[in-house]
Amino acid sequence: MAAFDTEKTVVADIDRTVYDIKDKVDAAYEVSSGLTEEIVRDISREKNDPDWMRDFRLKSLEIYEKLPIPDWGPSIEGLDMKNIVTYVRPKTGMSATWAQVPEDIKNTFERLGIPQAERSGLAGVGAQYDSEVVYHNVRKEVEDQGVVYTDLESALKGPYEGMIRDHFMHLVPPTDHKFAALHGAVWSGGSFVYVPAGVSVEIPLQSYFRLNAPGAGQFEHTLIIVDKNAYLHFIEGCSAPKYNVANLHAGCVEIFVGEGSRVRYSTIENWSKNMYNLNTKRATVGKGGTIEWVSGSFGSHTSYLYPMSILAGEKSRMEFTGITFAGAGQELDTGAKVLHAAPGTSSHVTTKSIARDGGVSNFRSSVVISEKAAGSKSSVSCESLMLDSRSRSDTIPAMDIRTDKADVGHEAKIGRISEDAVFYLMSRGLSEEDAKALIVGGFAEPIAKELPLEYAVEMNNLIHLEMKGSIG
Amino acid sequence: MSTPLLKIEGLHVSVDEKEILHGVDLEIGAGQVHVLMGPNGTGKSTLVSAVMGDPRFTVTEGRIYFKGEDVTEAKTDERARMGMFLSFQAPQEIPGITLENFIRTACGAVSGKQPKLFAFRRELREQMARLGLDESYAERYLNVGFSGGEKKKSEILQLLMMKPALALLDETDSGLDVDAVRTVTEGIKAWHNAENSLLIITHNAKILEGLDVDHVHVLSKGLIVRQGGAELVREITEGGFASVKEED
Repeated sequence: MAAFDTEKTVVADIDRTVYDIKDKVDAAYEVSSGLTEEIVRDISREKNDPDWMRDFRLKSLEIYEKLPIPDWGPSIEGLDMKNIVTYVRPKTGMSATWAQVPEDIKNTFERLGIPQAERSGLAGVGAQYDSEVVYHNVRKEVEDQGVVYTDLESALKGPYEGMIRDHFMHLVPPTDHKFAALHGAVWSGGSFVYVPAGVSVEIPLQSYFRLNAPGAGQFEHTLIIVDKNAYLHFIEGCSAPKYNVANLHAGCVEIFVGEGSRVRYSTIENWSKNMYNLNTKRATVGKGGTIEWVSGSFGSHTSYLYPMSILAGEKSRMEFTGITFAGAGQELDTGAKVLHAAPGTSSHVTTKSIARDGGVSNFRSSVVISEKAAGSKSSVSCESLMLDSRSRSDTIPAMDIRTDKADVGHEAKIGRISEDAVFYLMSRGLSEEDAKALIVGGFAEPIAKELPLEYAVEMNNLIHLEMKGSIG
Repeated sequence: MSTPLLKIEGLHVSVDEKEILHGVDLEIGAGQVHVLMGPNGTGKSTLVSAVMGDPRFTVTEGRIYFKGEDVTEAKTDERARMGMFLSFQAPQEIPGITLENFIRTACGAVSGKQPKLFAFRRELREQMARLGLDESYAERYLNVGFSGGEKKKSEILQLLMMKPALALLDETDSGLDVDAVRTVTEGIKAWHNAENSLLIITHNAKILEGLDVDHVHVLSKGLIVRQGGAELVREITEGGFASVKEED
């Protein structure tokens, strides 16, 4: 009698190849990238990089040229790799006008009731708006606690240069995959956060406020370092569709969680529907520490997104809560990865995915429990809801358990909207569209309540928007 | 007689190509209480579901008029907005929306304007108290984890708040203990007046106590086989369906 009939599926196959591919370097593969050493040197010069950063970029470029395009996930053929330089230097994007913003995004703004001035701001085509002011106010408040919250470029020129050098792309090395290497070569913009030992940051830091900060682009790097016994909630992403002329996003997030610390990282990604979102996020957690990921993926044409947690310290924990909503023309491949590398560690993954109107929403996970991680626990649960028979949702879990002293569980459910529930709601005067949106909202609710309030509201609006016009 | 509130003419209804109702006629006037009885599996639920517009049932012949309008092709939500209400035998559980928010949404949907928050809340609390539903249920998800009896009370609460012109009650009393049946009947009586009408499906006379029954229809194998007044209820509860069919 539940609103969504669910059916348990037994998941047996373990496909390791997906996660091993990163180590293979196909030297024979070459792509005429159009991205030259000169261009990378130019970027570095413009940014006034320290020498080590310039060398890091050049080294990354070399790696980029050697690595193959990943071929294990959704197709990225629409991405023009031959002309990668246009993604790297999206100058044209900055001068784009409101008139060039696609109709569907304009309509979304209309329906969300966002004022005209703000709309162009959110679309990345307009002038600054009040967010800068808000950002600066927040920064002042946390500065008093000794917290550093700034853009990565300026941090590189200050007293934290050494700390950045010791951490930058150590968690996600350029050798990780082709787009990590590209990121290493051309990264630009992003945030740097340092929380000293024993400090609990009470207000969540939101990179949203910095959306229009100079240099924020699609290769932004977020570096978060939280010392011992501290707490931070970092909220990243854009709560409204962001339009960019260039349609590749290869950002990188690295989070270092110190001993006994807790970091919560929340994000809603709602990129425009021409975007290839190839984002890499990773955290390492010290003894007794916790990383919590809350992740919502709505936008983009194609996404590869699997935040990874390395449970390096004894009794460290990770929790991942995610939701993915794929509509027409979208292929969203999302999930989570975890490496249990110390005894007594635990991971808990809960995801929901929704596919409608021919969209594809896949859940991919990797759980590795090493020999050293005796007494560890892992539970992975994913539920998907398909709104019509043209949509698809697959579950691709991988597990590699190298100790017999581990407790591992996996559960997958796939369901459809119950016609009985729709009829029930319609008998109370709700339109078919509203009835279905309500049911989908109910399915998403356990995840939505983990999101910061304004994002939960946003997600609800998005679900209603996505459901509009979905009734044949 | 003025236009009946509900008029069913020669209704044939099929599910998956199988015909369940073979030509049912029924008329309900404003302010009337009708009772629909009959053995299990004869199409009583099919009839009220089809009247409400359940898409799983196909009307192959005949018409349904509500308030003088032909609603045979109307969508379920349109019928609801015109003032039709169905109390389900097995109400659905809908996580993600609280009972209170749902009823407020439903009232807004059928009336065309969102009820004022405080007045609505006060009335809801009063009606919940009448039905013996604890206030905390207002904050719970719609029917989620409710017992069978609580689900039926949730249906009657919706009836009391939405104030439809016609209520179709599909075995609202089934699975309820004596006290709960009495509470539910009290709720129905509180809603019922000279303008609105009821069609009650029941196997039990208990729910009818205190209600002025105008007509009783006996459905058997997809056809109305007997019609009469309140005395038919006693006849059936005492002698079973065999006794009434013989007279047909």
